[in-house]
Amino acid sequence: MTLAKVKSIALMGLTGHVIEIEVDISEGLPGYTLLGLPDAALSESRERVRSALINSGAPWPNKRVTVSLSPAWLPKSGSSFDLPIAVALMIAQGLIPAGSLDSTVFLGELSLDGSVKSVRGVLPALVAASTQDVERAVIPAINLGESGGIESIHTIAVNTLEEVMAYVKEGVVPDVPITPINSERPHVLDLSDVVGQPQARFALEIAAIGAHHLLFIGPPGTGKTMLAERIPTVLPPLTTEQALAVRAVHSVAGLSIRAANHDALPPFVSPHHTTTAVTMVGGGVHSVRPGACSLAHEGVLFIDEAPECRSGVLDALRQPLESGAITISRSSGTVTYPANFLLVLAANPCPCGKYSGRGRACTCTAVQIRRYLQKLSGPLLDRIDIRTFVETPSRSEMAASELGESSEVVRNRVIRAREIAAERFSGCDWQVNSKIPASALRQKFRASKEGMSFLHNELESERVSARGFHKVLRLAWSVADSKGHHIPTRDDVGMAFSLREGADIF
Amino acid sequence: MGTLQTIGATGEHYVAQYLERDGLTILDRNWRIKEGEVDIIAQEGATIVFVEVKTRSSEKFGHPLEAIDAKKAHRLQRLALAWISLHGSWGSDYRIDCAAVLLGKGQNVEIDYRKGVL
Repeated sequence: MTLAKVKSIALMGLTGHVIEIEVDISEGLPGYTLLGLPDAALSESRERVRSALINSGAPWPNKRVTVSLSPAWLPKSGSSFDLPIAVALMIAQGLIPAGSLDSTVFLGELSLDGSVKSVRGVLPALVAASTQDVERAVIPAINLGESGGIESIHTIAVNTLEEVMAYVKEGVVPDVPITPINSERPHVLDLSDVVGQPQARFALEIAAIGAHHLLFIGPPGTGKTMLAERIPTVLPPLTTEQALAVRAVHSVAGLSIRAANHDALPPFVSPHHTTTAVTMVGGGVHSVRPGACSLAHEGVLFIDEAPECRSGVLDALRQPLESGAITISRSSGTVTYPANFLLVLAANPCPCGKYSGRGRACTCTAVQIRRYLQKLSGPLLDRIDIRTFVETPSRSEMAASELGESSEVVRNRVIRAREIAAERFSGCDWQVNSKIPASALRQKFRASKEGMSFLHNELESERVSARGFHKVLRLAWSVADSKGHHIPTRDDVGMAFSLREGADIF
Repeated sequence: MGTLQTIGATGEHYVAQYLERDGLTILDRNWRIKEGEVDIIAQEGATIVFVEVKTRSSEKFGHPLEAIDAKKAHRLQRLALAWISLHGSWGSDYRIDCAAVLLGKGQNVEIDYRKGVL
């Protein structure tokens, strides 16, 4: 047999396509032609496959080898086709039987010594395979941890090409122990580490309840980062579906797989303020990789020193903030990644950082101060419901030896409040308060009479804009949920108003 | 045997024998012009056959025919056309074959002959 066909999966973003790899060995000068839009890493597969075959005791055909990856129009990238190409070459040479590999996909990079190395995106590839008539998948043993949660596919983890030969020839399934990666629990942050900050803690809790985006303003060293890092610990644990989606994005990005016992913890991603728009939202030439906002899917995207970001970087987040997903177009194709995150920005009140607080010496001029926060564009700030000051803890707060409320206590309140909201929104298109459309706010989801009249007064005296009016109402619902009120009271609306308009330096 | 030239000449000798056994007529051996050399030129019916012979004493450094790269292939094409025009056979069919000769220990000779590969 000089012709062989083996299947694999190519990823376009999170969408997987079944790829048929055909190998034909014909008479002619020794040569290797790879067809089907390969990128640089894939074009180098010849050298890896050749050495891996020879070092695994299989001969390399000194003939004309043609490898075709179809569908040919789909750009293919990466090293995950090494293993299927090697298997097809062995079948074409008659070393292993073609057998019944019709419903088996192969994924894996080959090392020169014949061992099978890890590849990116195994999880989304398996998810795609499970919807497309695939029964078995041969994957690198290192990636076995990613296959958890996909029942419909029988995965065979392999360490070496020889194990693959044995499997295809005799059906010997290699015995690979499932070693959970990162099995040790990383240091767990807890909200009880934060000293004082009652106002910021309240803002954080309301943000978690209603999924409201949040801006912390405060001098350096007051705990903005500390607070933000702890937001995932008060968010409700991820559902199985959400966790799978998060793992899929992380798998495509090639990040190490999150340990199973941390699967439920929402991710926390904090790109540096010098980051580019491409790393923020995703991009790349050959394969479009997810950006920070997709890695923060179902979790928290924290940007420290937000006004220091280059112009355009933060504004690139406007589309995902609106739609919960990001679509990136490149010459290799158009890719959509999920990006439903809670945005948390931190900023100093002025370039020197000492403007707010108890009257310490700020050296900035009035113009500098005004310009500094203006770097956060209007449309972006508009999407941020909560703006709160984080002040230096007071003397008595620092001296107190008892710890603040723990994450668990706050998280339980958040979960309860979200349950109340979910019940209220049953039958609606949205699940959280921050997503209530304006029309619904004016009809079905109004605040109490006193609350509404308070807001109308503020509107009349131009202390709140029409847009701010709706934002405050959404926040008021979150405040009401946290207190167990079935409708926002006058106090709830007042509190919401101070969360939205409290940091009045814009 | 021993030097590179004699190894090459031995290989070409075996290939020429092989071709004659197959019923081909050898027209020329080691035809050389400024641009290069054609090892064997033979005739099979109306077709002129140009043969490039690669001889090795071991496969330790890869298959002999792997030494024929795109540049070499291109040169063989030009040499073939040059021979045809110089010998007034313009328009006749021709093909370029490659032969790998592996000289093993003793009298063991392996010929891997590939027709019309370029």
